This record gives sequence, C-alpha cells and structure tokens, in this order.
Amino acid sequence: MTSETFTPRDWSGQPAYIAPDYKSTTLRGPTKPLIPIPQTLSELTGPVYGHDSVDTHDADLTRNGRRNGEPLGERIIVAGRVLDDNGRGVPNTLLEIWQANAAGRYIHQTDQHDAPIDPNFFGGGRCVTDADGHYRFMTIKPGAYPWPNHHNAWRPNHIHFSLFGGSFLSRLVTQMYFPGDPLLDLDPIFLATPEQTRSSLVSRFSLDITQPGFALGYAFDIVLRGRDATPMEA
Amino acid sequence: MAKSRQTPSQTVGPYFAYGLTPEQYGYQHGLRSLAGPDMAAGDVEGLRVRIEGRVFDGADAPISDALIEIWQADALGRYAHPADPRGRNSGFTGFGRCGTGIDPRNRFIFDTIKPGAPADGQAPHLNVIVMMRGMLLHAFTRIYFPDEAANATDPVLNRVPTDRRSTLIAIPLGRDAYRFDIHMQGERETVFFDV
Ligand SMILES: [Fe+3]
Repeated sequence: MTSETFTPRDWSGQPAYIAPDYKSTTLRGPTKPLIPIPQTLSELTGPVYGHDSVDTHDADLTRNGRRNGEPLGERIIVAGRVLDDNGRGVPNTLLEIWQANAAGRYIHQTDQHDAPIDPNFFGGGRCVTDADGHYRFMTIKPGAYPWPNHHNAWRPNHIHFSLFGGSFLSRLVTQMYFPGDPLLDLDPIFLATPEQTRSSLVSRFSLDITQPGFALGYAFDIVLRGRDATPMEA
Repeated sequence: MAKSRQTPSQTVGPYFAYGLTPEQYGYQHGLRSLAGPDMAAGDVEGLRVRIEGRVFDGADAPISDALIEIWQADALGRYAHPADPRGRNSGFTGFGRCGTGIDPRNRFIFDTIKPGAPADGQAPHLNVIVMMRGMLLHAFTRIYFPDEAANATDPVLNRVPTDRRSTLIAIPLGRDAYRFDIHMQGERETVFFDV
C-alpha cells in the first residue's frame, strides 16, 4: 500500500456549506460537523481517465457541437496549468468543462432563460493535461445569464470546471470567471469564497495565449490537493 | 508547507448534465459520457447489485438536480488505480455517475457489483461524492452494506458516533438491491467526512 497521504483540504480558503446570500445553500448544505477520518486506500485512489478517454475535438467547443456551421460569439482560448499545492504540475489528469453559449443560454432542458440556443454550440468539453500539467481549450466566451436567487440576479460570465487530480481526495468542481466583469461584485456564489482565495477564480487576459487574428487568450491555473510528505497513519 | 493555495470549490450548478452526464440525460449531440450509472456492463466479475436512493434537502423535499459519484473497489477489494499495488479487475473502472434529474421520483440508480473489502478489518463500501446546485463544495460519504460482520471493525465506521452510523448503511430492497437515501440536513442528516 502507498505510504503517501494527501494534503488536507484548505478549509480557510473554501466557501462555507451555508452561505445565506446564496439562498439554496440554506436547505442543502450539511449542518452537522464533518467527521474526520483517516486517508485509506479508498480515498488515496481515484478514477483514472487518460489521453485515450478523450477524442480529438473534445477540447475544441467551437467544433464539437457543429451541425451546419460555426457557433456564434467571441472565440476564446482558455489555457493554463493544473498544479498541486506543492507547486508540481499534475500530469495526465482529466478536465471537464461546461458553459452557457454566447447569449447566456445552456442547452439543458431546465434552462428557461429566454435567450437563443445556438444549434452549432454544445457547450461541453474535456481534455487531459500533458506531462507538465498544461491544458488548453478553444471555446466561445460564455454570456451572463439571470437566475432566481434574488431580484435582478445575474451570474457573471463563467465556465464550470471539473477535475480529479491524483485521487478521490483531490476532486475539485469549480468555476472560472473573467477579469473586469462588473457582475463579480454582485454574485453571491463568487462572493461566498473567502476574500483571500477569491481572486484565484478569475482568469487573466493573456496576449501570449491569444492567437493572432483568431481568438483572445485567457490564462487560468488550478491548484489541487497534492501528495503530502507526512507518513500515513498506520 | 504548501507552496500555493488550493483553488476554491464552486457549485456544480443546475446544468452539469451535458458536461458530466450527457448520455444519462439523453444528449445525442456533443460529448459521450465518460461514466454513467451502469458500472457493471460486460463481463466484470462479481455479484450484481442495484443501489438506489434519493437526496433530500432540509425541508425533506427530494432534490432534482443533485449529482452522485461513486468510487469503489472490484469484487476482490482492488481499486483500478496505480496506488493499489494488487492490480485491477480489468474492465471495471470502479467509477459511476448519476444525476437525479431523469428519474420521475428523482432517484439515483446505480447498477454495479458488490465491492470486496479493500483491506483486512475493513468492511465493503462504496465511496461517494455528493454535489448539487446550492452546495458550494462537494461532500464525501460512504455506503456500507447491512449484515456485514466487518462493519463492527471498520476503521471509518468506528469513527462515527453510534447513533449516526445507520445513516451510512444501505437498506435491503429485495434481492441484491439496496436503498441509500441521503439527507443533507435534519434529524437523519447523513454523515459527511472530513478527509
Ligand atoms: Fe453556470
């Protein structure tokens, strides 16, 4: 059995389960204290999806949903690195993303927002990091959309990210935001994140990632729980 | 000492289906599912079991936009991961996903195999991640089976106060089927772990 454990969850940087301004948390977040348990093989292992799990166009959302033309909206490249909290790149790990189209509409049946569906945009994608933890998506900049949390509530532009990392313990589901979005200061989901880590959810405009004459680039690095130096409990 | 801070979690939101469970939700266009609720397809060895349940909020209403993920060992207690040195039961990934938005009663329904115990002294169990709109970060829990002698010695179950252990044990539902309801809050709140 492996003698390594994973670093603990950094609770001080995570949102609380109950964040009253985000109204649905009040009936859905656990209220009893979490019970600490040792890290056993069950937690130190996790799903493995490597490069053979993804198809060529999975990381290009401007292509993977095409029916009869190009999706509408502003093409963007979102790229960065998946790291662990010791600063090491996380190689060969799966990233899954989903997002609204340029008009702020999801294709999901329960999305009632009165904005157009784009027949050529699906909005889901995935890729696997390279040997140094780098990833890259081509997509369309997602639009803002209204939601029923409070009067005149709008979600800032965002892309949902899902990652596994090295084990079931390092699982992370998060959202990437865009720099300079005026809705960020009004969004109870973004604001539920402690101030000290909030800015790490906002991507950075990058001229280096930008592809001349084709698509603007945004940089977004993600830090997961990594392997710890302390030995495992016997 | 950690060099960089862990990226904070954000809610999976209500629209995870086409990113994470496209086939279960009937999307023909776009992506295929990497994982779904039918985990024991093909000739995987082991006893077929069905595990179904609902996720209830603090007002005891079933939640229609929860996503349940399962990670489990094969019938011999082996995980399909390099950290498990015993090798894997090929064909069984051990990972399943099910959203609660398709079943008319908002159940999640996994068809899988009964896992073996991963180590001496441990009881067979499935590792579970619960997420949904209205949860800013996911929660970890486990599903144990009733009538397992090893439940008495399981190191994780033994960390749980006796009066709450039953929230982690599935209820038999006929032959080789079990019910495991998840209560987010209230008297019967499911035990969630800090791990
Ligand atoms: Fe969203």
